[in-house]
This record gives sequence, C-alpha cells and structure tokens, in this order.
Amino acid sequence: MSQIVGYRRPAAGTQPDYLFPRYASTVKRAPTQPLVMLPQTQTELSGPVFGYGEVKRGDHDLTKQHAGDPIGERIVVSGRVLDENGRPVPNTLVEIWQANSAGRYPHRIDQHDAPTDPNFTGAGRTLTDKRGNYRFVTIRPGEYPWRNHYNAWRPAHIHFSLFGQAFVQRLVTQMYFPGDPLLAEDPMFNCVPDEGARNRLISSLDWETTIPEIALGYRFDIILRGPDETPMESRKS
Amino acid sequence: MSLHATTSQTVGPYLHIGLTWLIIENLVPAGVAGERISIEGRVIDGDGKPINDALVEIWQANGDGKYGEKGFRGFGRSATDDEGMFRFHTIKPGRVPGPGGKLQAPHIAVNVFMRGLLKQHVTRIYFPDDPANPEDPILALVPADRRGTLVAKKVAGKSGALEWNVILQGRDETVFFDC
Ligand SMILES: [Fe+2]
Repeated sequence: MSQIVGYRRPAAGTQPDYLFPRYASTVKRAPTQPLVMLPQTQTELSGPVFGYGEVKRGDHDLTKQHAGDPIGERIVVSGRVLDENGRPVPNTLVEIWQANSAGRYPHRIDQHDAPTDPNFTGAGRTLTDKRGNYRFVTIRPGEYPWRNHYNAWRPAHIHFSLFGQAFVQRLVTQMYFPGDPLLAEDPMFNCVPDEGARNRLISSLDWETTIPEIALGYRFDIILRGPDETPMESRKS
Repeated sequence: MSLHATTSQTVGPYLHIGLTWLIIENLVPAGVAGERISIEGRVIDGDGKPINDALVEIWQANGDGKYGEKGFRGFGRSATDDEGMFRFHTIKPGRVPGPGGKLQAPHIAVNVFMRGLLKQHVTRIYFPDDPANPEDPILALVPADRRGTLVAKKVAGKSGALEWNVILQGRDETVFFDC
C-alpha cells in the first residue's frame, strides 16, 4: 500500500570514506566502529521546507551586501539542482560561503595574513526556482594556505550546502574553478577515487550566463540523490 | 537519465560564515501542542576533546508523529560552542511508521557536520525509558551494547531536560548510520 520509494546508494568511488589520512583532520574524527545500515523510513524520506520568509530576495548577490563594491573579479555562479534521475529539485535552499578575493575569511580563527574586505562577507543563499535553477553573483575567491601539510594551499573554491526534499538528500560540497593547478595537490578534492566524480566538482566557464563588460559566468550543476524507481513494496527482502 | 550524486565535501572550519545565519535552537513556536523537552550535549573527538566547530542539525515529527505539518517545521540547527555544546528546545515527537509499516519508537534524526568529516554523520536520538524502544525496528539493527549511545539521558532535577552526546571515537563511540 505504501508508495514510499528509497533513494539510491552512491555509485562506487563517487562518495568519500570518513577516514582519509591525507586530510589530517579525518584521523581523530572518522568513526572507528562499523556504520549501521539504516533502512530509509518516513524520517529519512521527508525533509524541512524553507521559504522567502527566511531567504531575502537579495541574498543571492554577495557583491551588494555592504556600502561599497568588494575588491576582486565579479562572477556569476549558477546552475541547476537535479536528482539522479535528472528531475529538477525546485524550491530548495542553497547556502554558500567563501573566502574573499585575497583568500581570507572574516572568521575569528582565520589567521591568514591577507586583507579582509569590509565590503565582502562571503555568505549567500537562495532558493532554486521551479526548474531547479539557482544563481549567485559574487567575487572569485582567492586561494589560501592551510596547515594540513607543509606548504598546503587550498584551490579556489565555494562551499555549497543543499537540503533537497528528503533528509537523505542533504548535501554539503565545494565548487572549484577550471584549470586550477592546485587541484592536483588538494586532499579534499582528491578524496574520492572516481575521476569523473572529482571533475564534476569543477565548474565550467559559461558564456550563456556571462554578462558582457560586467561578470564572467561559471556553471555548476549539482546532483542530489535520486529515488529508486522500484517501489520498496514490490521488493522481497 | 541516470546521474551520479555530487561528491560530498567537508564544511571546513569556516562553516559559521555560511550556515549560522539560520540557527534554530528553539523549534517550538508558542501554542504548539506537545511535551516540551530540551536536549543538550557535546561533540567530542578521538582525543576526548570538545569540538568547537561542529554543526548539529535535527529533523523530527510533531507530537502526533507527522512530518512537516503546519505550525511545526521540525528542523533545528545548532553550532557547537567552545565547550563543544549544542542545544535544542523542542517537543517529543510522536511515533512514525518504519519498515513494513511497523511503528518506530519516538526519535529525532541528526546530521552532524564539521571540519574533518568529508560527509556528514547520520545518527538518531531516542528517549529514555520510552516503552516503544524495545520494539523499535531501527534500534534492533544496532548491536545491543551500542544501543545506549542513541538514547538520551535524563538530567536529574530538571523536568524535560535531556543530555545526549556525540562521541566520535572510542569505547563509547556514538552509533553512526549509513543510509
Ligand atoms: Fe574554504
């Protein structure tokens, strides 16, 4: 009687393991005991809804949050949020955060000796439209050093957080830029063995969304887990 | 069309910039029916040290066991402080169906994000002394000696106050799920 369907398991090599010693912080934070397989119930198949009561219409433009213009190269970052079946994920909350053009976060623990920008906070959010489209206007983030290993530098990236329509679709990821020579050395980018999966974290230069004389466009499509087409009721376990 | 879900990446140490605009530690608007509870706890790393850069999100049904009903969204988000503490004020959820339509014991779904986690931890909070716990189909999948890590503890002398911790490693390691 129930029409509940489950969400597909990730394809091999496309999602990271918890323990990945090249990324040093995983060592004291990854589980040491086996995970328990959790059947997807109503709890996992439902999720919170957000609306324009919380997200204000200008929250997608990180270049207009202060009195002046932020320093750096203005860019448009946009794309579609789809599920694994290619269906748009509409009206879902997308949150982003990033360093400024000098590679500095306005955060109490960021000690990197690079200037902060009073006109750039580096946080934005929006809701996808009916067809799963989202769009941000921001500044191209700078690379920055971190202390994972000697002379470690993060490639330029934007952090993304998405909810989707079910608890199991919740995703936090990072978007990278094409041609960044730091990608080859970055433990986070290289956390999965599947090269195709890694490369899908890299945005592409997009002439369609580039605004002449104003801002280059980068396209980053995001895929959330998709429901299995087979209703669970018809499976024999 | 068959696509692959985008690879998860860590929230990193600067998560607060993007995520703490929406802190929801009190999930209950005035006038919502249900048994008021508070849940407080700490996130602890493999050295036994509190983690001050974790984000704990919860998802739960209302008092009648319904998700996403008008008046009670059921979503909470708390960032840990310097003592590794997070906190929520909410209501005890009702029972919701589990596998095969069998009712689950009251529970709250939890996602934990932090630097050092390339993907979030998924776990659950159950309630102490709930008569439905022994028949819960999910708790039954957890090795008996580890089930206790999913059950909150009553705080003595404070009505409705519960403590539930996220222990990342070791003997008392919290049960984390793969779903
Ligand atoms: Fe970052």
